[in-house]
Amino acid sequence: MPETSGTETAGPDRVASAEQIGLSAREAAAPHEVAPHGVAPRDAASWAKKVDRLEVDPREGVRGTNVAGRRLTGPVQGFGKMWQKTYRMDAGQVPPEQAIATWREHFPEFWPKGNRFAGALTGINPGDVALLDLAIGGGVKLSTGVFVLYADAESFTLMTPQGHMFAGWITFSAERDGDTTTVQAQVLMRANDPLYEVAMICGGHRKEDKFWAATLTSLGQRLGLPAPRVETRSTCVDGKRQWHHARNVWHNSMVRSVLQTLAAPFRRGKRTSTSA
Amino acid sequence: MGVPVITMDVRRVGEKTAVVDIRGEVTAACEPVLMSAYEAAGGSATSRLVLNFAGLEYMNSGGIGMLVTLLVRANRQHQELAAYGLSEHYREIFELTRLDEAITIYDSEESALNGVVR
Repeated sequence: MPETSGTETAGPDRVASAEQIGLSAREAAAPHEVAPHGVAPRDAASWAKKVDRLEVDPREGVRGTNVAGRRLTGPVQGFGKMWQKTYRMDAGQVPPEQAIATWREHFPEFWPKGNRFAGALTGINPGDVALLDLAIGGGVKLSTGVFVLYADAESFTLMTPQGHMFAGWITFSAERDGDTTTVQAQVLMRANDPLYEVAMICGGHRKEDKFWAATLTSLGQRLGLPAPRVETRSTCVDGKRQWHHARNVWHNSMVRSVLQTLAAPFRRGKRTSTSA
Repeated sequence: MGVPVITMDVRRVGEKTAVVDIRGEVTAACEPVLMSAYEAAGGSATSRLVLNFAGLEYMNSGGIGMLVTLLVRANRQHQELAAYGLSEHYREIFELTRLDEAITIYDSEESALNGVVR
């Protein structure tokens, strides 16, 4: 029996609909053009180029650790149960393209206070790597990052690196739904390792739900919606844990961030004495 | 919801293997078509499902999400998923998303049926 929470539930033992997992069903309605042999398909510019390991430049305002040299992780590489979480908001008459353009351009501004997203100055584009500092309590910031896997006019997708809380991707999309536009963020994820799995069960899922609901609400306010309301739906797509990926814990950015925070004063002291 | 611009024809090859010929656009919207094809190709007797992407013209990240869904279903049935016919562009997307670690990619139908990576 799948575990469900939020306002809607899935039927028993049913694999969650890929339509729900999908990011922008409207893309399927795009003109049907066959790419001539040897010509790049029309999705070519929307996908990031292949990378084996992430490379990052230092960015101001974030610690920037736990990203460089890491590999990307999808739901296949994660440890915990696979979840699909959908956060939806009615965006009224705002055109989908406008909603996504605003979201891509001002993405960090919609994040809840205390969390930092340091991306490229040009917004969200395929292949970009953004550095994150996430508030996890106790004055500790979890330093990690995300990779822009896909981006077009109606959706964009971020994928996580090794050590992130979850292995998977999150897609932000907007589509016309009858007379109104629906904006959504959708996560397809597994907790990356056993520690994160425990953390997700012990309040992590709830915290994540609040995070994305707050983000969507901020976006709604920026789009001029009078009273943005976010609907949350969580479905357990696969209740099995992938124990063969338990060793992902080695890369755990939460543990490393705590250690980096504890070690920071000593490093500063060492630098000071060296320069003196 | 857009109308899926895709066809998926199922061929049985031997007792335990089925090939799904995919032509068109793989997006979230084609989920019913893919799941129908899976049902037609599936059953407990099928242990190996081979996806032929030679006719793939377009795929977005919703399409990749749908393939993950298919993978979960196949894993529940202890079925192996394989693929062939991917262009260099789509092969790179499989590698980028690391879907290739769960869906083995082959160069030809022959090698996919034999389970030999070339």
